[in-house]
Amino acid sequence: MSVPMISLESLTSTTSFDELLATAKSGGCASSSCGLSGKPNDMDPAIWEKIKDHPCFSEEAHHYFARMHVAVAPACNIQCNYCNRKYDCANESRPGVVSEKLTPDQALRKVIAVANEVPQLSVLGIAGPGDACYDWKKTKATFERVAREIPDIKLCISTNGLALPDHVAELADMNVDHVTITINMVDPEIGVRIYPWIFYDHRRYGGIEAARILHERQMLGLEMLTARGILTKINSVMIPGVNDEHLIDVNKWVKERGAFLHNVMPLISDPAHGTLYGLTGRRGPNAMELKALQDRLEGGAKLMRHCRQCRADAVGLLGEDRGQEFTIDQIFGEVTYDASKREAYREVVAHERRDHVAARSEAVGTVKAVSSGKSLLVAAATKGGGRVNEHFGHAKEFQVYEASPRGISFVGHRKVEQYCLGGWGENTTLEGIIAALEGIDIVLCAKIGNCPKDRLAEAGIRVTEAYGHDYIETAISALYAAEFGVQPLAATA
Amino acid sequence: MAFKIIASQCTQCGACEFECPSGAIKFKGENYVIDPDKCTECKGVSDTQQCATVCPVPKTCIPA
Repeated sequence: MSVPMISLESLTSTTSFDELLATAKSGGCASSSCGLSGKPNDMDPAIWEKIKDHPCFSEEAHHYFARMHVAVAPACNIQCNYCNRKYDCANESRPGVVSEKLTPDQALRKVIAVANEVPQLSVLGIAGPGDACYDWKKTKATFERVAREIPDIKLCISTNGLALPDHVAELADMNVDHVTITINMVDPEIGVRIYPWIFYDHRRYGGIEAARILHERQMLGLEMLTARGILTKINSVMIPGVNDEHLIDVNKWVKERGAFLHNVMPLISDPAHGTLYGLTGRRGPNAMELKALQDRLEGGAKLMRHCRQCRADAVGLLGEDRGQEFTIDQIFGEVTYDASKREAYREVVAHERRDHVAARSEAVGTVKAVSSGKSLLVAAATKGGGRVNEHFGHAKEFQVYEASPRGISFVGHRKVEQYCLGGWGENTTLEGIIAALEGIDIVLCAKIGNCPKDRLAEAGIRVTEAYGHDYIETAISALYAAEFGVQPLAATA
Repeated sequence: MAFKIIASQCTQCGACEFECPSGAIKFKGENYVIDPDKCTECKGVSDTQQCATVCPVPKTCIPA
């Protein structure tokens, strides 16, 4: 077990540079693992350098770094059956939804305000709410303004791919080195059931022709990005009964064309959203169905499993959204970028990550040494830093890990309604949480009350607070060893 | 000889503004508005009106 050197929470709540740096320095380097990075063994160092601070492209980075989206690109050139363009709600968290659209100048002010307050910020993404490549002038103007003020921020874009080939050269010129393309099919016959129409070359196309054009442009765009060494993530919406089995083909196609990551996301469908799928009763997959498909895709293009399907104006670590703190009407007067907080945070994270990597590799060794052949699904309540550091009642999501003879891997997250609000726990909320934790063997949290603990036990889910503030992997390895009848190896602290 | 935008239906995505070949659409006050003096209904440019073709909401860009 490793001892926390310094608390990342204290970092994000301190305000002055001196305070922050003092906290950073006080940790020193307690770990024997100096020199290690979080880089997976099989990864090209040049690629690791690109993704190590990008929470969406690196699962490891998402414990430490935050993204923000600015909603500068509301115009779109295709219609998808899972999207309703008239929808707008502050309480909804899913792609395509925003509360305020921004001009490029407003976006710049917002990015500076966030960078001054949220030291974890490493990435600025434009993900609509329409299509960032189609609404290109606003996207480009935003990137140019922000890059001038905050040169070290990573620029990232998300697109349906139709207009992508027209802008690959400019993306490369602006150092946008992360691009996400939403690809839901590689067979136009399936595309017909997902896209009613596209707008391309000043014309509206429908039916098989629309799907064919979209497919060809997506493949062309992906190939052009790969040729330029721009990292690509492919997002696919898993739509049961439409493309769920087909995503196995999609995975193969995008891997062949150099995609770096494949992110299979569940369809979000509700009649109240007014989407075609919602209105016609097509349901999204549940967490176990999604995991089953993801497990079948292992071995193909590398999977992203830590996506939170965030809004087009989300701000913060992936599991949180602080967007409401930074609406444009709260940003007054002149805003000037102050780099000190982000710099100090990075220094601390560099230390902390080395320690985490050593702890993780030890934990994985413990699990492998047990060689039980069994697997354990563990859900952890965390507020960042890769540690079990959130109270059960305060968790808005649980991060799910699987321990098996292959080691410990992050397999996803389960969103829940916060159980404890103002000191009260709601029974109906708890039932919802128990349902969301389907299939989970053990829950890890920093604290939990007796009542929810007993209720979870009745539902067959064990909870432990014994590993509060430990690394999640360290806790899992101890549980796994205890569970399958072998003493944990070499606990260090 | 002009189109108009039904403001109550408009999502304000602005696609029509940059697709309009006549530069007839601008954001004015709280809505996108088509200047009837500039709108040509895309005659001589395309068979269908660009604003109505790109608009995501049916029957929102219609003949005035």
